[in-house]
Amino acid sequence: MSLKRTRFKYFGESLIEGNIKLTATVAIAAVFLIFIFIMKESLPIFFSGQVRQEISFGQFFNGIQWQPVSENPRFSLWPIILGSLKVTLIALLFSVPVAVGAALFSSEFAGRKLKEAIKPTVELLAGIPSVVLGFFALMVMASFLKSVFGWTFRLNAINAGIALGFAIIPAIYSLAEDAINAVPRSYREAALGLGASPWQTAAKVVLPAALPGVSAAVLFGMGRAVGETMVVLMAAGNAPLFSFNPLDSTRTMTATIAAELGEVVFGSGHYHALFFIGLVLFAVTFVINMVSWAMFDGLMRKLYGVKK
Amino acid sequence: MKLKTLLFWASIALIVVLTCTFVMAGKAITLKGSDTLLLLGQRWAELYMQKNPGVVIQVTGGGSGVGIAALINGSTDICQASRKMKDSEKQKLRDRYFSMGVEIPVAKDGVTLYINENNPIEEMTLDQIRDIYTGKVTNWSQLGGPDAKIIVYGRENSSGTYVFFRETALKNADYTSSMQSLPGTAAVVNAVAKDKYGIGYGGAAYAKGVKELAIKTAKGSFKPNTETVKSGQYPLSRDLYWYLQSKPTGEIKKLIDWVLSPEGQEVVKKVGYFTVK
Repeated sequence: MSLKRTRFKYFGESLIEGNIKLTATVAIAAVFLIFIFIMKESLPIFFSGQVRQEISFGQFFNGIQWQPVSENPRFSLWPIILGSLKVTLIALLFSVPVAVGAALFSSEFAGRKLKEAIKPTVELLAGIPSVVLGFFALMVMASFLKSVFGWTFRLNAINAGIALGFAIIPAIYSLAEDAINAVPRSYREAALGLGASPWQTAAKVVLPAALPGVSAAVLFGMGRAVGETMVVLMAAGNAPLFSFNPLDSTRTMTATIAAELGEVVFGSGHYHALFFIGLVLFAVTFVINMVSWAMFDGLMRKLYGVKK
Repeated sequence: MKLKTLLFWASIALIVVLTCTFVMAGKAITLKGSDTLLLLGQRWAELYMQKNPGVVIQVTGGGSGVGIAALINGSTDICQASRKMKDSEKQKLRDRYFSMGVEIPVAKDGVTLYINENNPIEEMTLDQIRDIYTGKVTNWSQLGGPDAKIIVYGRENSSGTYVFFRETALKNADYTSSMQSLPGTAAVVNAVAKDKYGIGYGGAAYAKGVKELAIKTAKGSFKPNTETVKSGQYPLSRDLYWYLQSKPTGEIKKLIDWVLSPEGQEVVKKVGYFTVK
């Protein structure tokens, strides 16, 4: 090989290496820049005198009304925080048993062929765009649920929660299945060897051993549910009511941003308030995801010793 | 290595081609804004493009506020709005372009109240409508209807119709918190069509599969139609506007002249709105 060719090869490799470094840096920088941007747009609520004439930090937690476009605007976050929590909780109640059950079944009980069918099918569900799920919930599911149960409001938190549940099942399923699969064979062999039935092994040995990972999966799903926008925007009815009743129509934080940011006068109090909601959302999902990954890491360490 | 180099150059070529396409597409006339005007804007665009090959018109919705913001940011040629520009918005336009903007009424609309076809109620006064939307009246029996809760539907606050309805029908009072705000007039109509005890509002052109409520005034009871909207007898009549940064020239001027011509106004009637002249 001639010197020239080697040099070219070396140059080519360093180019590729540089490229990879660059893309990695860009990805990290993007997260930071987004965070800085949201901070920059929401901080005037605390520091800018002009904005504080329209809106102050205290208003976010004062009263229970979200009425930003009004003669007398009110910006209480309580109804939309409650809305987000309510819909997320319903989504989890619906999706966790289904997703964790499916994960346990496909990794412990299903034969090889069935397992190979279940996994891609559930993951296909992740490929359904959330706007399609929302549309389905708006047009079909809402009418169906209303005619079956006779609810007053067609669009309500339960309707949105169930649709949202469908959106997060794949995420919970994949992570939970990874966690259950990570439980070493020796656990199962020991349990079966002591005379436990396959069901006892799965429910009393494998699942408890994988529990930190399964909880991490649930938390990860929760992070997704809190941040999901389109489904709730379409299916929840968007009334900013401060109500604990799951049959009332509900507005979430994400839907509020999505619905109102388009109209808002640039630089107004309402504009900065929406960015503040974004900051709250960012913080909440960030913490949930961090805890979730820490738990998953903890599981791996528990099962396999120090993992690095 | 050879394959990779080839891929590299191929992707560069692709990027160049894409960029060129975007630059070329920039020649299109863009219309953006009100969802109420979206239907009409699209019909106009289709017909006008058929008659004038070579002209490309892009129409998008999003709400009047979105359109006005786009006009201020310079990302649309024409803004469609179902409400007048606010002073604060005019101020922004003046700061940026030293222009007051050009306002052209292109059609008239009567904001219509929709109720379900099975609802026995036929007419209401403006006061009754206000009571429903501010949350004072919550049961149909209070209006002489069946004993059932009123399900109140409305638009998102990014909608020009939301603002118009609040200013005109509610006299600037706040909407009740239990109003369900839906994205788009079509969604409101659809919800009311499916909900026996629902009520909603939006442009007259969208009232399909629902009952139009007549509004009772001192002079009688009126449904929105050509005469009542033009004469202003129907109390929720309004103009629909096109806004521009400055006096139109060239292709855009031709388009506006055509829209205001009898031929363009015929489209207005067909879509379900009312002519300006």
